[in-house]
Amino acid sequence: MRDQPLLSARGLTRFYGTGCVSCPENTGPAAATNRCSACGTIVACAEVSFDLYPDETIGIVGESGSGKSTVVRLLHFDIEPSAGSLSVTIPHGAGRQSGNGQVHVQHLLDGTADVFGATAFERRMIRNTFMGIVYQNAAAGLRMQVSAGGNVAERLIAGGWRSVGAMRDRAAWLLDKTEIPLERMDELPRNFSGGMQQRVQIAKALSNSPVVLLLDEVTTGLDLSVQARVLDVIRSLQREFRLALIVVSHDLGVIRLLTSRTMVMKHGRVIETGLTDQILEDPQHPYTQLLVSSQL
Amino acid sequence: MSEHISTETNQLGSAGYNYAFIDEGAKREIRRKLLKAVAIPGYQVPFASRELPIARGWGTGGLQITLSLIGPEDVLKVIDQGCDGSVNAVNIRNFVSRVAQVPTTTDTSQATLIQTRHRIPEEWMSQDQILILQVPIPESLRTVEASERETRRMHAEGDYTRLWLYLYEDIVRFGEISIGARYPVMVNRRYIMDPSPIPRWDVPKLHQSDVLFLFGAGREKRLYAIPPHTDVQPLEFDDVPFRTEDFAGKCCARCGAEDAYLDEIVLENGQRSYLCSDTGRCDKNARCKELE
Ligand SMILES: Nc1ncnc2c1ncn2[C@@H]1O[C@H](COP(=O)(O)OP(=O)(O)OP(=O)(O)O)[C@@H](O)[C@H]1O
Ligand SMILES: [Mg+2]
Ligand SMILES: [Zn+2]
Repeated sequence: MRDQPLLSARGLTRFYGTGCVSCPENTGPAAATNRCSACGTIVACAEVSFDLYPDETIGIVGESGSGKSTVVRLLHFDIEPSAGSLSVTIPHGAGRQSGNGQVHVQHLLDGTADVFGATAFERRMIRNTFMGIVYQNAAAGLRMQVSAGGNVAERLIAGGWRSVGAMRDRAAWLLDKTEIPLERMDELPRNFSGGMQQRVQIAKALSNSPVVLLLDEVTTGLDLSVQARVLDVIRSLQREFRLALIVVSHDLGVIRLLTSRTMVMKHGRVIETGLTDQILEDPQHPYTQLLVSSQL
Repeated sequence: MSEHISTETNQLGSAGYNYAFIDEGAKREIRRKLLKAVAIPGYQVPFASRELPIARGWGTGGLQITLSLIGPEDVLKVIDQGCDGSVNAVNIRNFVSRVAQVPTTTDTSQATLIQTRHRIPEEWMSQDQILILQVPIPESLRTVEASERETRRMHAEGDYTRLWLYLYEDIVRFGEISIGARYPVMVNRRYIMDPSPIPRWDVPKLHQSDVLFLFGAGREKRLYAIPPHTDVQPLEFDDVPFRTEDFAGKCCARCGAEDAYLDEIVLENGQRSYLCSDTGRCDKNARCKELE
């Protein structure tokens, strides 16, 4: 018997614009656009549903603008959904490095509540206690005016840590795991290379020992050799921390390396979903076939 | 009545003004806001700041509180950076005593209302007194967040991570928290509050005090309060505790006080000397010494 899913997303939808009754049929793969011709609304994503199980890694792949980052940012409560629900099942005590955040939200974590309906405070507690995120753009995930160590410490502080020494120990340990030289811990990340910035983001995302880690194009824009190192770091952390991961990438190599199941998105909709190996070997949707044949 | 209270009150100079200068409606509004501030310790209450014959930013927030609370039976003390005799203190004291016809004093223990900028008197104050602090920047989170809307959200949700992170970075850079005046405090375990630019020396006086502290920011139109017997904790880490300024081994050259916040002065021969910043208490100590 399988565990309960950690995250259960149903019908995730996000509009930019007023929306109208025609939005659903005017957008999506059949309409070949995510912009409604009647009202001009951008349907960044619509009707995205999936379950994420403990220790599992799901990939989201698709062309630029297909809604991948939107899904991840919805899951991290960075933006509010226009429709859809999210339930979370986390047994008591699973928040491994958290302060007292879990106490405040435990009643929302039995898989029955729609956490999108929780208060901003509760959503922040869930995020600070159980989630980590690495943004596509390091500037979105790091405070460039705050030292690398301080960036890692931020979520620890949010989780109630109040010992500078303990936070520095943990930051040093995580930066070491992500191969940042310790002597650079107190430097500002804006002095770092792109690959280093992504690795600081990963250390930051892991600071609270998240249950779910969201990775949005972690390797995009990096040199091939740097990409390989960042991916190695993620793979070893994946094993070590037993994380559930959602990996967004338009690079099928990354998807193949890290994920077991994959969703393919186009114009804001999921057009194909299945085991990663099967999708890569025997893609069903014409768009996926095109994607696979062009990249592999 | 003590000899240190000046009983000579000025007559209302300009006819046509209401008692204590501002009209009763405005006073009532300020008092209502003060009641709210007392009910929610450390919470900034917006109020309709009035025009006064003193430029905003020169203590008009404190002044409006004083004028709203004062009555003929009050005794007023006004200090600026601990000093009763500075131009600002004298101007405000003259103005209030004239429009409210109250006696004034420099003796903390004799005053019922004390308006102050940048210091809390050294002497323990009682429940029969009110200390009114002038505030230039009421928002302690302004250092880390420019948007008022966002700082309000942070207060509402108790989301103070960024200020703590700022303190963490300070320690990484300087080995300790480098904030001197305006040291942020946690009031009643709920709101982080700017105690106005008092030195760290004065911060512990806010905790579990007998006196009512009222804070007024005229330019920024905010009032807040620490009622008596409220927990007020300076922000500190478990392993990097809050410290006050250290005057160990130093004392006031005039009155000999060793338990006071001292101003450093450089003498003509280049040597350093120290004087009490609280001149009212220094006077009192010095008189005691003369009598001995
Ligand atoms: N704030 C916004 N206002 C309007 N439209 C937006 C906004 N944010 C995103 N969009 C639109 O939503 C759609 C989906 O964007 P999203 O960032 O999720 O795409 P993506 O799949 O992550 O693309 P990429 O691979 O380029 O990162 C795009 O058409 C984008 O222009
Ligand atoms: Mg994206
Ligand atoms: Zn003295």
